[in-house]
Amino acid sequence: MSRGSLSADLNELMQEVNRLNPGSSLKLNDSIVCTIYSRAEEITGGIVLRRGKPKFDWDKKLDDVITSRVFGFPSMLLLLAVIFWITVAGANIPSEMMATAFFWGQERLTALLHWLHAPAWVNGFFVEGIYRCLAWVVSVMLPPMAIFFPCFTLLEDMGYLPRIAFNLDNLFKKAGTHGKQSLTMSMGFGCNAAGVIACRIIESPRERLIAMLTNNFVPCNGRFPTLIALAGLLVMGMATSLSASFIVVGVVLTGIMTTLVVSWLLSKTLLKGVPSSFTLELPPYRKPQLGRIITRSIFDRTLFVLRRAVLVAAPAGAVIWLLANVHIGGVSILAHGANWLHPFGQLLGMDGYILMAFLLGLPANEIVIPILLMSYMATGTMIELDSLEALRQLFVAEHGWTWLTAVCMMLFSLLHYPCGTTLWTIFKESGSLKWTALAALIPLGIAVIVCFVLAQSARLLGWV
Amino acid sequence: MGNRQLDNQADKIISLYDLPVGRSATVSSIQAEGIIRRRMLDLGLVPGTRVEALRISPAGDPKAYRIRGAVIAFRKEEAYQILINL
Amino acid sequence: MIALAGNPNTGKSTVFNALTGLNQHTGNWPGKTVLRAAGRFIHHGLTFKLIDLPGTYSLMANSVEEQLARDFLCFERPDATVVVLDATCMERNLNLALQVLETTPRVVLCVNLIDEAERKKIYIDYRALAVKLGVPVVPTSARNGTGLDRLVENISGVATGRIETKPYIIQYKEEIEEAVRRLEPKLKKLVGDAFNTRWLALRLLDKDQAVIAAVEQWLARQDDPAAGMAEVILA
Repeated sequence: MSRGSLSADLNELMQEVNRLNPGSSLKLNDSIVCTIYSRAEEITGGIVLRRGKPKFDWDKKLDDVITSRVFGFPSMLLLLAVIFWITVAGANIPSEMMATAFFWGQERLTALLHWLHAPAWVNGFFVEGIYRCLAWVVSVMLPPMAIFFPCFTLLEDMGYLPRIAFNLDNLFKKAGTHGKQSLTMSMGFGCNAAGVIACRIIESPRERLIAMLTNNFVPCNGRFPTLIALAGLLVMGMATSLSASFIVVGVVLTGIMTTLVVSWLLSKTLLKGVPSSFTLELPPYRKPQLGRIITRSIFDRTLFVLRRAVLVAAPAGAVIWLLANVHIGGVSILAHGANWLHPFGQLLGMDGYILMAFLLGLPANEIVIPILLMSYMATGTMIELDSLEALRQLFVAEHGWTWLTAVCMMLFSLLHYPCGTTLWTIFKESGSLKWTALAALIPLGIAVIVCFVLAQSARLLGWV
Repeated sequence: MGNRQLDNQADKIISLYDLPVGRSATVSSIQAEGIIRRRMLDLGLVPGTRVEALRISPAGDPKAYRIRGAVIAFRKEEAYQILINL
Repeated sequence: MIALAGNPNTGKSTVFNALTGLNQHTGNWPGKTVLRAAGRFIHHGLTFKLIDLPGTYSLMANSVEEQLARDFLCFERPDATVVVLDATCMERNLNLALQVLETTPRVVLCVNLIDEAERKKIYIDYRALAVKLGVPVVPTSARNGTGLDRLVENISGVATGRIETKPYIIQYKEEIEEAVRRLEPKLKKLVGDAFNTRWLALRLLDKDQAVIAAVEQWLARQDDPAAGMAEVILA
């Protein structure tokens, strides 16, 4: 065989191809596809027999409700609300049980270190720092995820999800993106990192990036506790949980609106382009398979996200403990930082401690409030307050919070950068440092502007 | 123009988007080019294929069609590029 | 090595799970963010590696998924390919099956969701289908575990060559067939038995850039003396 000549042979062959099919005049693809389909038709005609219609067309009846003008949107909202309710209500008890168990473990660990005559900082760094942060993230994150993801996978398995995209696509089309973004957003309610992974279902790279960059505007399970606590704080006095839930719903809707507006802006500027072609299959509804739902949601989603969160939270626990316990001139580094950030926090309607908590809460959003409590009370370890009244006492009476502080903190929590786990996921999925940086900077910019404008106008108008 | 349309009443050609919900028709041609054309063909939208308009999204667009046993939704922009014989 | 192909929503992953059980692992296709599941099953002492290809309507490589599925079938050349079909929607699913038959003769058709088809009063003559297409056809309901033993039996048979297949090959219009007849012998001389030359001729005629690039790469490797030596030794 003559070496080095094979590629030349191929060139010769391609010239022959050009002679045989000049200017693609054979319309080969059209012709081939048509032929294959007509053969498929013939074969099917010969072997498939239909004996009458089925008695009842479930798919049609279900779709008549789920995608109807009247019930389409309300049924979707209702379903989402029910899933939230199941998640929040169902997660409380296991979360508490896990927290108790972890706390018990912490005492044992401390006792063990004491028995070993380990220096105090070892206990502080490893137990109060790393262990406690891990315990916190796991006990707050795991139960809601272990409930939310199976619910979501159930809807996926039944074939419901494409209907959401079908119902909402027009909104996303107007924002220059794909209807499937509604699914990645729904997933984001569970966890933004999972939502970012879900963006794989969007084919066009441009639309996928937009969906990834805006996913953090839907509040995830980690931020809901913060939002709920702050909403509860706002309506204290009226003390109805109903009005608190209205506030949370309002925050969620603000997030969805922000997603659409930012998606629109991105598709007009950084990620310019026309919407890609849209084809969406609405598969028949199927009876869900429980075994598959559990394995898929627990192994592929819950544990996957948890593993990444743990990898981020452990070093974070160490850093936070160091910042809270290394003192310079009698004041912890944390407090120095908070003092330094204070003027900036004031401009945004908050204070230095809140900003510091958001900064240190980067690894996982669920630790923002615990860090804030820790720094307000100067305890050195993350703590939890058991009642809303105690929270109000600390925030309002001792640290001068107003309604504006709570609202700004809610908006900042909704809008600010995605958590470390999500950013890491964005980097893995996009493979680009630039887009990962933008995924943090764009939301941060928006959060700063929104809080600034709100705080300044509220003060100017004398509302506070 | 008006007259010619009347003459051809028997095999009037309209876009898939204009097919009313509940009605069926056969594909006459695909106007799209490139990758979109190839994808539409892959979905089975070859000339002569029966399509039925099934439902409209509550937001007004897209519409869902039954094509060779599967339910596929197209946005207005795509459905305009598919011509059908009513 | 066995490939599992099929349209989306045909219960392909149910078949995959039913065959491999817990003997599976997932990762990404090299360089792509598309999930790739692989698993193992044992039949009569033989271990089979099963690769779950992305669900696609066709093999025309109009999307990342289609390209991955096609490249795997054509360039990795599995010992057998299972095409999972939705019994309630045969026409659409046969489109893919016919395209798979163009790339490889070692195919088993798995007509899945037969329980659903029964409910919809759809009846299929499996024997006639097998005769027409020249490959084994196995009706299954993977969710209930129906037909899976026969499926494994047939996969093993086709992969080991115990079952001989005579795949149905689509004839296109005369101009195309004429062009293929001209190209095929030349291709045969160039690539030998490394590829299915009829399929390759059709793709080259369609000026499929991805396929041309893949063939170029393969030829460059043949041109490289070191790689060539290795092949001689292996042969």
